[in-house]
Amino acid sequence: MRFLGLSGRTWVIAIVLILFALLAPLYLLDRFNTIEFAYVWTFAIALIGLNILTGYSGQISLGNGAFMAIGGYVTAILYWKLKIPYVLTILPAGLLAGLVGYLFGFPALKLSGLYLALATFALALSASPVIKNFGDLTNGHEGIVLPQAKDPFGIGLTNEQWLYYLTFVLGLLLFLFARAMLAGGTGRAFRAIRDSETAAAASGISLTFYKTLAFGIGAFYAGIAGSLVATVTAYVNPDSFDLPLSLGLLVGVVVGGLGTLAGPIMGAAFVVWLPNYAQKVLDKPDIVYGVTLILAMFLLPQGITGGVYRLAAVYRRRRAVAHPEEEAALAVGQQAPPVAEREAGGG
Amino acid sequence: MYLAAASVVQGVVQQIVSGLATGGIYASLALALVLIYRAMEALNFAQGEMAMFSTFIAWTLITQLHVNYYLAFAATIAISMVGGVVIERVIIRPVEHAPPLTVVLVTLGLFFAVNGLAGKIWQYVIKAFPGPPGFPQSAVSVGGVSLGIQDLFLILVTIILLTILYAFFRFTKLGLAMRSAALYPDTSRLLGVRTGWMLALGWGLAAGVGAVSGMLIAPIEFLDPNLMQPVLLYAFASAILGGIENPAGAVAGGFIVGVLLALIGTYVPGARDLRLAFGLVIIVAVLLLRPGGLFGRVHLARV
Amino acid sequence: MTVVDSYRVLKALALAAGGLLVALACGTAQGTTTTTTAQNVPGVTSNSILIGTTTPLSGAASAYASVSKGSTAYFNYLNDKGGINGRKITYKVYDDAYDPSKSVPLARQLITQDNVFAIFNELGTPVNLATRDYINSQNVPDLFVATGSSHWGSDYKTYPWTIGYQPDYISEGKIYAKDILKNHANAKIGVLRQNDDYGKDYLTGLTQGLGSGASNMIVDVETYEANAADVSSQVAALKAKGADLFYLVATPKFVDQALVTASKLGWKPAIYDNNVSNQVTTIQAAIKASSPEAVEGITSTVYLKDPASPKWTTDTGMKQYMSIMAKYCAGCDVNDGNYIFGMSVAWTFEQTMLKAGKNFTRDSVMKTARNLNLTGNPFTLPGVKILTSGDNQFPITQMALEHWQNQASPPGWVVDPTIINAR
Repeated sequence: MRFLGLSGRTWVIAIVLILFALLAPLYLLDRFNTIEFAYVWTFAIALIGLNILTGYSGQISLGNGAFMAIGGYVTAILYWKLKIPYVLTILPAGLLAGLVGYLFGFPALKLSGLYLALATFALALSASPVIKNFGDLTNGHEGIVLPQAKDPFGIGLTNEQWLYYLTFVLGLLLFLFARAMLAGGTGRAFRAIRDSETAAAASGISLTFYKTLAFGIGAFYAGIAGSLVATVTAYVNPDSFDLPLSLGLLVGVVVGGLGTLAGPIMGAAFVVWLPNYAQKVLDKPDIVYGVTLILAMFLLPQGITGGVYRLAAVYRRRRAVAHPEEEAALAVGQQAPPVAEREAGGG
Repeated sequence: MYLAAASVVQGVVQQIVSGLATGGIYASLALALVLIYRAMEALNFAQGEMAMFSTFIAWTLITQLHVNYYLAFAATIAISMVGGVVIERVIIRPVEHAPPLTVVLVTLGLFFAVNGLAGKIWQYVIKAFPGPPGFPQSAVSVGGVSLGIQDLFLILVTIILLTILYAFFRFTKLGLAMRSAALYPDTSRLLGVRTGWMLALGWGLAAGVGAVSGMLIAPIEFLDPNLMQPVLLYAFASAILGGIENPAGAVAGGFIVGVLLALIGTYVPGARDLRLAFGLVIIVAVLLLRPGGLFGRVHLARV
Repeated sequence: MTVVDSYRVLKALALAAGGLLVALACGTAQGTTTTTTAQNVPGVTSNSILIGTTTPLSGAASAYASVSKGSTAYFNYLNDKGGINGRKITYKVYDDAYDPSKSVPLARQLITQDNVFAIFNELGTPVNLATRDYINSQNVPDLFVATGSSHWGSDYKTYPWTIGYQPDYISEGKIYAKDILKNHANAKIGVLRQNDDYGKDYLTGLTQGLGSGASNMIVDVETYEANAADVSSQVAALKAKGADLFYLVATPKFVDQALVTASKLGWKPAIYDNNVSNQVTTIQAAIKASSPEAVEGITSTVYLKDPASPKWTTDTGMKQYMSIMAKYCAGCDVNDGNYIFGMSVAWTFEQTMLKAGKNFTRDSVMKTARNLNLTGNPFTLPGVKILTSGDNQFPITQMALEHWQNQASPPGWVVDPTIINAR
């Protein structure tokens, strides 16, 4: 039985997972971990966007941190100058960042691979000096302190729980939006471009339209994530969205699994949680972080989701050997599984 | 009035000269980046950290174990080259056939690990790193414009290194084997070239160049585990500006970036705090006009 | 995604998520034991006090990890002697990598989960600005913040739970200004500053201290980003503008580079070096890379004893530092001034707690901290007092001027006997 393209089994698991996530902060998680998960959902939003840009349309970006900065500062400035409550600033943050990203997409058309990497790298490096330069608007290096976000419905949630739910629900909505978009014509166009730009162009897909759109979407998601970071941390300064953050986004999207929809969640968990655990292992957490990253890439060169696919393929082969008739029956009722996704490489 | 004009000119020339000196720093590391890129089409994020680690090894040899400077210099290069080969075989080889971004992440992991390790071993107090003995620590001065001896040395050695590498790749059999292994791996294998080891050698060479770069930069920049991080950023920009596959281009790119940032920061009104942003905008603009970099070649894809 | 893959991926996700949550729940369930005395003071039992901090143990600012290590060494030394009034100190140090988005959740953890009595010596201006609101809203003491920003002393009415420690940058700038007006009244000042709060504060101090003459005297201000590779262009520009006094607001590496560049350019201004970068090791590195002339006469300020200075070898306080380091921080680089800074703050905490007595609360300790009159800190210059009362909430405002003299034996900082009050 299929509903919205997923089988009944899949729906059950999805609903269980969502329920789990909704109940966790109330019964399972302490306040620190609740907030850490709020960061995980936020980061996942940014990664969904970066995934569309790099994983689906094949354009590498080392600079999505700068788009997050735009989103974060929109929220901060709107509060600081106009006292606008943060909830109302989330969409404008995303839209402004998205617009800037979209415009950046045009010159980006002429660049690819390492050259595009440098251009986006330049974005990431320039964010801080530019923010500091417009001190009247951004309060310069001092940054902007925001109020602690409180539960607006007055149902007794702690700040941490409210932020968790805010980011989780937004994340879920944005995930569903992305999924819908990628399942349709836009998604097919992206994948066609990633697989071969010349072939895509030859079949009538407008590279200009889709590639700039991808930048815009990636930036839109980053902007929303930035706005949420500002709200959750309750503080922004010019270095809140620095180069290491952009690199962290890249790590997250590759470790999670490029070109997959589940990748962003896994990657977000990896990037948010690993430094916390690294610290417990050694008082020089950098070493643990670096070694873990290397090992992660050894064992899972296509990210965590890629690893899951590989396990699934192994499982299927074993089943096919043991129960050939069942596998044949299943094979009839489904499409061919995708070839282990070819990630969009350096260009 | 003439005096005023003369001093303005002197100021500009000094900025250019200082820019060339700084540019030499970027150029030397950019050279190492290009070597690895030519070998495997991926950017080695850990290049700077490896160079820094080599420099610390040299520091230990020279100041703690009192080894002769030139001996230590040579020894460090040798150790670094071996280190580079080992790193390639142990850490890069497992992901040789993975997507390029995976390889980049491995080098990023290496970046953190090496940086953390250096911090643990040598800690963070700023250390002076000696230049070659016998060379004065001061500067050459012409018409009021000064250039440090160390800076001059760095520029010269970088150019010499570039020439040596050019000759190596162009005129020796090994160089030819390395080039072909990078460009035509399958054909090379058929012809008996051991492509795996060519890649390892490429890493060894880059590590050696990095070590030289580090040992020349440290006297000017002073030594601590974070020595090479800013340099890596600019070296990256320089290499791409010059054309990532062209060693001479990367070196030229380094000098250009150095001079560019110096001039922008000093003479463009309002750019004082934004010299980096302006500089990068210019670089990106150049790339838009010449997508393969100033001296690079754009690969035409056959349809 | 196809049917099979959605299903399998979700299944894997579910298992992973379940496992992660269970691990988290188990791993953190222990963190909620209450630690209270008969008076129910969080973090305090009859024989222990729990304090916590966030500090950069990794990342670009990890050089400052030695501050918390120095404090920890001192606390371990105290504990071996029986602790403070019979209570041993446990100092929980978390790594925030100088990132406010980490320091804020970690502050929450310290307060709501680990139940610390107080936050101690949190390091860095941006991270403190980010956590200040939260800590104060929880009525938790935020003691002896480790940054030279003037915020902590100025904002004590809005943030009653936060108190600073070290002489702030603006005060120090004013000290330099006074000295410049006295000894270099006609100077043309060139400033090199880092483009951030720290750089800005020092410039503000200088300008305020110079008063009406500031705009005439300061001929050029050059900035650099913390991630710059090199500052030679800025130094050349300062020279070209005709400055004859060099006001250096930079971290040690850049101070060294600036000094060497100035020497190379043949520029010989009067030099003022900020307190953040005046370690003996820093100046010696500059000498090695250029010449002793390049640093002759540099003016700076000092309030701590420098472990690398031979002047303190036989000093009781320094001997105590060395022996504590030898026993509780084996393998640490004793010349790193951050360690002694950490010890000096730990000593201050010890004295504050001793003054607060055996039965204290968060409130009473805060009151004590705001009414301090401590002398005899073994790690600060003799004569430097830790003083707070009423409107003055800057614990240390005294510094002495010092000048680098190559003729001294051995060559090094010669400290003025006069202790100057900056406020």
